[in-house]
Amino acid sequence: MTDLSANQPRRGAPAGRTGGSLYATDARTRRRNAAEKRFRLYGMVAVAIGVAFVIALLSVILLNGTGAFQQSFVTAPVYLDPAKLDKKGARDIEDIKKVSTFGYSPLIDEALQTMLAERGIDSTFEKPKEYRALLSASAAAQVRDYVIANPGRIGETVEFRLLASSRVDGYLKGRVTRDSIARDKNISAAHLDLADAMVAAGMLRKGFNWAFITGADASESRPEQAGMGVSMLGSLFMMLVVLGLSLPIGVAASIYLEEFAPKNRFTDLIEVNISNLAAVPSIVFGILGLAVFIQFAHLPQSAPLVGGLVLTLMTLPTIIISTRAALKAVPPSIRDAALGVGASKMQSVFHHVLPLAMPGILTGTIIGLAQALGETAPLLLIGMVGYIASNYPQGIGSGFLDPNSAMPAQIYEWAKRADPAYYERAWGGIIILLLFLMTMNIIAILLRRRFERRW
Amino acid sequence: MPVLWLILIVIALGGVGYFLGRGRALGSAGGDARRLHSLPSYYGLNAALSAGVPALLLLMGWLLVQPLLIDSRVSGMIPDTAIGEGSNLSLVMSDVRRVAEGLDLAVQQGAITAQEAGTLSPETTDIRELLGRVGVALGAEVRPEVLTAAQRYRVLSGTGRWLMTGLVLALALGGLALALARTDKDFRARNVVEAGVKALLILASTIAILTTLGIILSLIFNTAEFFRLYPALDFFTGRTWSPSFGGGSELGILPLLWGTLYISLIALLVAVPIGLFAAIYLSEYASPQVRAIAKPMLEILAGIPTIVYGLFALLTVGPLLVSVFGQGGLLGVNWMQGGTAVMTAGLVMGVMLIPFVSSLSDDIINAVPQAMRDGSLGLGATKSETVKQVVLPAALPGIVGAILLAASRAIGETMIVVLGAGAAAKLSLNPFEAMTTVTAKVVSQLTGDADFASPEALVAFALGMTLFVITLGLNVFALYIVRKYREQYE
Repeated sequence: MTDLSANQPRRGAPAGRTGGSLYATDARTRRRNAAEKRFRLYGMVAVAIGVAFVIALLSVILLNGTGAFQQSFVTAPVYLDPAKLDKKGARDIEDIKKVSTFGYSPLIDEALQTMLAERGIDSTFEKPKEYRALLSASAAAQVRDYVIANPGRIGETVEFRLLASSRVDGYLKGRVTRDSIARDKNISAAHLDLADAMVAAGMLRKGFNWAFITGADASESRPEQAGMGVSMLGSLFMMLVVLGLSLPIGVAASIYLEEFAPKNRFTDLIEVNISNLAAVPSIVFGILGLAVFIQFAHLPQSAPLVGGLVLTLMTLPTIIISTRAALKAVPPSIRDAALGVGASKMQSVFHHVLPLAMPGILTGTIIGLAQALGETAPLLLIGMVGYIASNYPQGIGSGFLDPNSAMPAQIYEWAKRADPAYYERAWGGIIILLLFLMTMNIIAILLRRRFERRW
Repeated sequence: MPVLWLILIVIALGGVGYFLGRGRALGSAGGDARRLHSLPSYYGLNAALSAGVPALLLLMGWLLVQPLLIDSRVSGMIPDTAIGEGSNLSLVMSDVRRVAEGLDLAVQQGAITAQEAGTLSPETTDIRELLGRVGVALGAEVRPEVLTAAQRYRVLSGTGRWLMTGLVLALALGGLALALARTDKDFRARNVVEAGVKALLILASTIAILTTLGIILSLIFNTAEFFRLYPALDFFTGRTWSPSFGGGSELGILPLLWGTLYISLIALLVAVPIGLFAAIYLSEYASPQVRAIAKPMLEILAGIPTIVYGLFALLTVGPLLVSVFGQGGLLGVNWMQGGTAVMTAGLVMGVMLIPFVSSLSDDIINAVPQAMRDGSLGLGATKSETVKQVVLPAALPGIVGAILLAASRAIGETMIVVLGAGAAAKLSLNPFEAMTTVTAKVVSQLTGDADFASPEALVAFALGMTLFVITLGLNVFALYIVRKYREQYE
């Protein structure tokens, strides 16, 4: 060992130090100590970089995403003109339904114009139509839905809280500036002046955006309307499939492998398979799902059922591995005691070992579910992206079988759209997704803390 | 009868069987459970399992096999002349299925009677209009061959369904009757039930094998299909990747492999030093308090879904890199044209892999026996000398295994490269250029409305096969190294 020479005088050392005091460090010791400090520092820097990445990632998410939980609304009294909405005057719901959203837009435009005039806000616009850029394209549909639900209020003036357009919303949040709209044909600087005046008059203000959490996805041109609600339901149904299949199958497989399996070729094959499956890229599971479930078995494309099946196959190895660890942690004395009082092997496992291993199994299952919840790649291949998931499932069967999106797939979809307003939604979606994952992980940790036993 | 009802009926039969079996056993012992061979509930379970399990297994098998049989019977009816230009048998068959579904729906909604559905002919009725009314939109007029095939399909699947319902119910009732007939006080119910449960456990554990088999078969069949349409040699040696769905595409894998390896390399250059040093610091230097905070912090990175990293690459890291290396950037070098680049994806992927490398290395470093450290320190080595000259060499095989596992993760990673690396397949050395990877192309070739029989879509399976083989090879090798190393000190 080179270290043996450390305490011996070296030729390179200063002459007066040869055989000198142990209290004074010589050059070599200093060098070694410096190397020690450097090495330690490298380690600290590495940990610091890692932690810095965590902080940077989380703060970027929070900075960009919180905006999605706020939305600008215009409060405006709209006169529901009977001459336009119900020409026959019979208040027949079928007649009212015949008026399309195009019939409602002029009413809203006029409402805005008169309201601005009343408040004494000047605008350079001549035609009422030009006000339309301030409001979301969904405003007319909102008023129409209201009228169809309450036909009796035709002829009255009703105050509505209408979504502002995404450009105006972005202006209020600082995403859209006067420079950035220079070549934007959807809005002009005059609109932004008007928006400033409306904010001052209290007609335009930001509020909490429930629609983002509960709403459906919207078309490419209406980011202000898009929400996560439908894709959350899609994820929920997928997780139900994953939980319903992977927990029983995973537990059964682990019990066999851990408690009953003889050591032979067949069980070796299973073990090798499980450890390899855990490391197969998730996209390969997507290919499997596409080829087997959709092309071969003709299950409906984009259905949460198929997504759930693919994710089940993907999470099974994780669940099996953690379940086996939990079973292994139950001491053999429990099994011996059960067998000693006359229980069969099967009884000792199901009556004694399994209940004791249950907290560990549940922890592993929750972590496996969290992994499945955030997985995106296989969902792309079975068609859970590329369309607008705008319909809520009608009932349980439709929830499993009708095309739907899932939270991560919805985020991916938004990230691909051209309008920067969708990026804000994507970050907001990530906040929701991470909240779910965090809750699941915290439950897992609490379960572990509460029930963990040292034998 | 819908399948769900059938399942519920079988389960209900099982439930009834439980109480019947239990009651019958107790009855045969004159109400005295002590005279039974097994506990009463085992007699009930025996009846329930005999009623439910074989019937449900038959149902599952039937549902898998029936469509295959019917498809092969019906596709034989379609003459080659009916398969138009630019079409193939599987497309015609999907038309047939669609028409058959539409007819079923029409019958259900009462637009036509069941009898009419079997005798309709395209000369007398406008099938497309009829199906359009019940909500099945068809792309083109229904040809007579397709209609007769669809009618035959309906008849066959209708009989199949009835046969299935009958057989499944018969099996459930038969199983129940058999179990009840065998039930008396001397019947060894527990042994039978336990053997049955054990069989179910074995069945569950074979799912892993079935999954692997499914992956391999689905990859092999489609890859073989691809190589029939496109020469394998060109695929593995081609240096251009330019798929065009009109035909005449060049599908060489080399640019994709290069992109994959380049991005993985950058990711490993980020992750390995940081992860390794972090692991060394946390296991050798850090106080328990620092470890208790820093280790979970790093592991947060492992719990974040890849879509988040993808978005981080696309929207944060990409623009940041452009503002440094792009036109008019801080360095004024104009190396980078757009936010998506090898560097963007590589850096972010590196961040994702840090906890992977660090926690694996941490385990391995902790597995080095303390006696070796003590020996080195006792001889006067400093801590860092101990780490560098004793601990790391001892842990080296395990660390190499960990790095290989990380490499396999990087090669198979999809979302970060789909969002962060760009779409152009290029063979270039500039890390600031957009390149693409095998996984990104699997996604882009299989999403959208591609026809699954064209080489442009099938190539995705060949890409998937390549990916599977590479990652499997890396994993097996890495696990082999790790396992071999672990045995040294146990």
